[in-house]
Amino acid sequence: MLKTIAAAMLVSAAAISTAYAQDGGKVTVVTSFSKDVTDPFKASFEAANPGFTLDVQNKSTSSGVKYLDEIKANNQVDLFWASAPDAFDSLKGKSLLAKFAPSVTGLPEKVGSYPVNDPDGFYFGFAASGYGIMWNDRYLEANNLPKPAEWSDLTKPEFHDHVAIAAPSRSGTTHLTIETVLQGEGWDKGWGTLKGIGGNLQQVTERSFGVPDAVNSGQAGIGIVIDFFAFSAQAGGFPVSFVYPSVTTVVPANIGIVANAPNQKGAETFVNYLLSEKGQSVLLEPSIRRLPINPALYANAPEGFPNPFKDPRFQSMITFDADVSKKRTDVVDTLFDQLISFQLDPLKGATKAIYAAEKALAAKDVAEARTLVDEARALISAMPVTADEAASPQIRDAFTGGEQKTARQAELEQQWAAFATKNYAEAQAKAEKALSLVD
Amino acid sequence: MAFVTSFPPRRVTAKPGQIAAVALIGLFLAIFLIIPAGTVIYTAFTEKGTGALTFVNFLDFFATDLFRRSFFNSVYVAGMSVVWATLIALPLAVLTTRFDFRGSMVIQTLGFVPLIMPPFVGAVAMQLLFGRNGTVNLLLNDWFGVRIPFMEGLNGVIFVQSLHYFPFILINLSTSLRNIDRSMEEAAQNLGSSGFRLFRRIVFPLSMPGYLAGASLVFVKVFDDLATPLLLNVKDMLAPQAYLRVTSVGLTDPMGYVISVILIIVSIFAMWLSAVAMRGKDYSTVQRGGGGLMRRSLSRGESIVAYGVVGFILLLVLSPHIGLLLLSFATVWSYSPLPDDFTMVHYARVFDESSVYIKNTLIYASLAGLIDVVIGGAIAYLVLRTKVVGRRWLDWAATSALAIPGVVLGIGYLRTFYGVTLPDGTPLATLWVMVVLALAIRRLPYALRACYAALQQVSESLEEAAENLGATKQRTIRRIVLPLMTGGLLAGFVTSFSTAAVELSATLMLIQSNSDAPIAYGIYVFMQSPAGRGPGAALGVIAVIMVALCTLLSHYVIERRQKAIGSAK
Repeated sequence: MLKTIAAAMLVSAAAISTAYAQDGGKVTVVTSFSKDVTDPFKASFEAANPGFTLDVQNKSTSSGVKYLDEIKANNQVDLFWASAPDAFDSLKGKSLLAKFAPSVTGLPEKVGSYPVNDPDGFYFGFAASGYGIMWNDRYLEANNLPKPAEWSDLTKPEFHDHVAIAAPSRSGTTHLTIETVLQGEGWDKGWGTLKGIGGNLQQVTERSFGVPDAVNSGQAGIGIVIDFFAFSAQAGGFPVSFVYPSVTTVVPANIGIVANAPNQKGAETFVNYLLSEKGQSVLLEPSIRRLPINPALYANAPEGFPNPFKDPRFQSMITFDADVSKKRTDVVDTLFDQLISFQLDPLKGATKAIYAAEKALAAKDVAEARTLVDEARALISAMPVTADEAASPQIRDAFTGGEQKTARQAELEQQWAAFATKNYAEAQAKAEKALSLVD
Repeated sequence: MAFVTSFPPRRVTAKPGQIAAVALIGLFLAIFLIIPAGTVIYTAFTEKGTGALTFVNFLDFFATDLFRRSFFNSVYVAGMSVVWATLIALPLAVLTTRFDFRGSMVIQTLGFVPLIMPPFVGAVAMQLLFGRNGTVNLLLNDWFGVRIPFMEGLNGVIFVQSLHYFPFILINLSTSLRNIDRSMEEAAQNLGSSGFRLFRRIVFPLSMPGYLAGASLVFVKVFDDLATPLLLNVKDMLAPQAYLRVTSVGLTDPMGYVISVILIIVSIFAMWLSAVAMRGKDYSTVQRGGGGLMRRSLSRGESIVAYGVVGFILLLVLSPHIGLLLLSFATVWSYSPLPDDFTMVHYARVFDESSVYIKNTLIYASLAGLIDVVIGGAIAYLVLRTKVVGRRWLDWAATSALAIPGVVLGIGYLRTFYGVTLPDGTPLATLWVMVVLALAIRRLPYALRACYAALQQVSESLEEAAENLGATKQRTIRRIVLPLMTGGLLAGFVTSFSTAAVELSATLMLIQSNSDAPIAYGIYVFMQSPAGRGPGAALGVIAVIMVALCTLLSHYVIERRQKAIGSAK
């Protein structure tokens, strides 16, 4: 029985592959996008380009990068298709992408202040995504919470234990959000905001999708997400809302041709299709809802759909410096993990104690207690490294194993974690003492 | 007493056939487990950047607070999960095997279903029921103004893990209980023992092989499991730390692989410990009449209590599946005790595609289960019945598969087999057979423990009798050992099969196209978007029902066999 099935499968597989060989061929794409995104594209691409078949291999962004690296000696994949620009940058650095000049012209060079395409022509933006704050309407109403509008709102006491974020070390898109805040507010103030949000976090998820999932189901009230997660959830009927804070950035989601692609022509056809008006219009489908890179498409967009090329709020968004970001990527991610993700309970404990002391102080001011609370706040926002150190070759090489390193990554991690543990414990003690002084 | 007499030394010389078996199994494990995993884990012993050999990474491991804390958390969670899993499994196993209990077979099957938890969907369903704003807590908050943190912190992990993995204890303990010689119990009763004392002093000790097999599996599985802690966002445990470091984009961090090595060492140590606990004790029984223990009928009052207990436990352990079922029919389910409305569209959406997933899953999982039972049975026999050199190493190598993160094995397969091509240029790693082998390796420890327990309960004197009567070794194995082990072998097959059917982490690396994909992959591609939740849950329900039906079928076979033996007497 099994043998029969197995034989039947082999025969059918052989039949299918010969069928493919007769025309434009099978275009194999490795992607992190869900079926809701890939299915409409597959249908539309195959209809527009008879003879081609799109074969979708779904992998998470990080496994996709690892996969391409492992199979490079005998590559069978034509395209890599995902959101996070850093994954493409990593692939480009490993010479796993091929150069290409798409035939579609007349597309804008920048979206917001971020360049749409790789300057060297290794990967191309096909959709724009902005980062912002998403919330569950029912959750906010049931807990009597106001609607947040800015990153700094998330540091307020009323949102304690209601916020979710994906770990920037796990989610390239969240990494960009963090980096945007750091670039927009500066290293020290930016980390102050991030740790303020950190003290209010309910969870740090290990997948980007974990955050919208928690907000959709109402497990968390507020999430820091990319816009399309919120738009597609709204289209699916979930009671959620979304806002772009004023300090944010729009960055492109990308596609690139894999080096030594078995079906180079097919790969090129798909990239050209994706950038064409036909391909771009698929982005507006309710289950996808990403911002097209072709400005003409916004004429057909649903009511209230943001337009990054026209809306003034996107024009005022900060300039994102990709070089600064690239130099300190590992350091920023590791700092976030060691100071926030892995120290969540101590950080939340200290934050809660500060809120309690401040509440008491608001009713009755005691100068000595006020000083203690300020000291506690300073202890929480203190950083073990400065912006210059973070971008220094000594620290960068600790992460890459380069020659200028002065410590191993594991040693740095331990130092930073110990710094945080000590500071958060002292902050909590000071805040508790302040509270006892007021009472 | 019978079970404390030690093994007499015998069969010092190994037969050529046994040596060949060790060599063959060793080769299989080397090619499909040790070499692929080794090519990846090797990084643990190298210096970053230069690649020079070093042990400094291990020093770093012990010098880091986070890793030390993770280590103790993992040990604590695994230990407590064994305790809770025992409390769940024991009543179910005893009531269904020791008493005339209507619906024993259904309970045995339902009690097994928690193991069949498809990735992602189960997690979402659990959160919707027990999460901070899940059904239970929303209702509690409405009625009493309190919330119970079921799903938070280490206790949340223990809660979910015990619900998920107690079937390991249930299935192995039940098999053991069925195999106990009735004469032992009768002898104890003749000597005046009864009730709980009889259970504590005779029945439970005699079922030790099964219990320990299950308990050690629960411990090691929980210790090495990364999905549940990550779903609950608990990161200071070892397995999640390894996973987070192995799968991050960009640079290779040796610490992830160092943790993998530590996981492997602890897992093997735990298995060794359970072997030591059994050493010098003989649990085998000679008599094979009567189909195991005497079954007692329950009085009316006892029945009510018993059904109450069983009902409550089943409701608890099946709650993730109830949540899954609700989710698969739900339109929108957000911050409310129940979904807003119900619909069939999710099933309609997955209907067309599900047949290819189901076919692939059945082929992959049953082939993997078959390989596991054959190899697991062979290793168990070699370890318990022969003195061949290297037999324990086979056991430990196979067990270490539990501790190797699926993604490490997946990468290892690509690294080892992608360069090897078929004549037409297709890489070996892209064939669906490789998925089967990866699944078989990942699930081999389950089948191995079950075979081990089953063989420990077969008395060697039966084999000696057969050999004295002139039967060859092969014939003895075929006619005596295998039939007596059937229950355990089936238990092993069922465990391997059903858990392989929902495995994803290793296969995600190896799946090359949708037409080769098992159902877990199908669920995965749906579960990445808000609109995919319903269809993903629908596929999950299909997966659970499919695997549960196969399990029910095999329980039916076991029951029939037991009855046949009983009536033949």
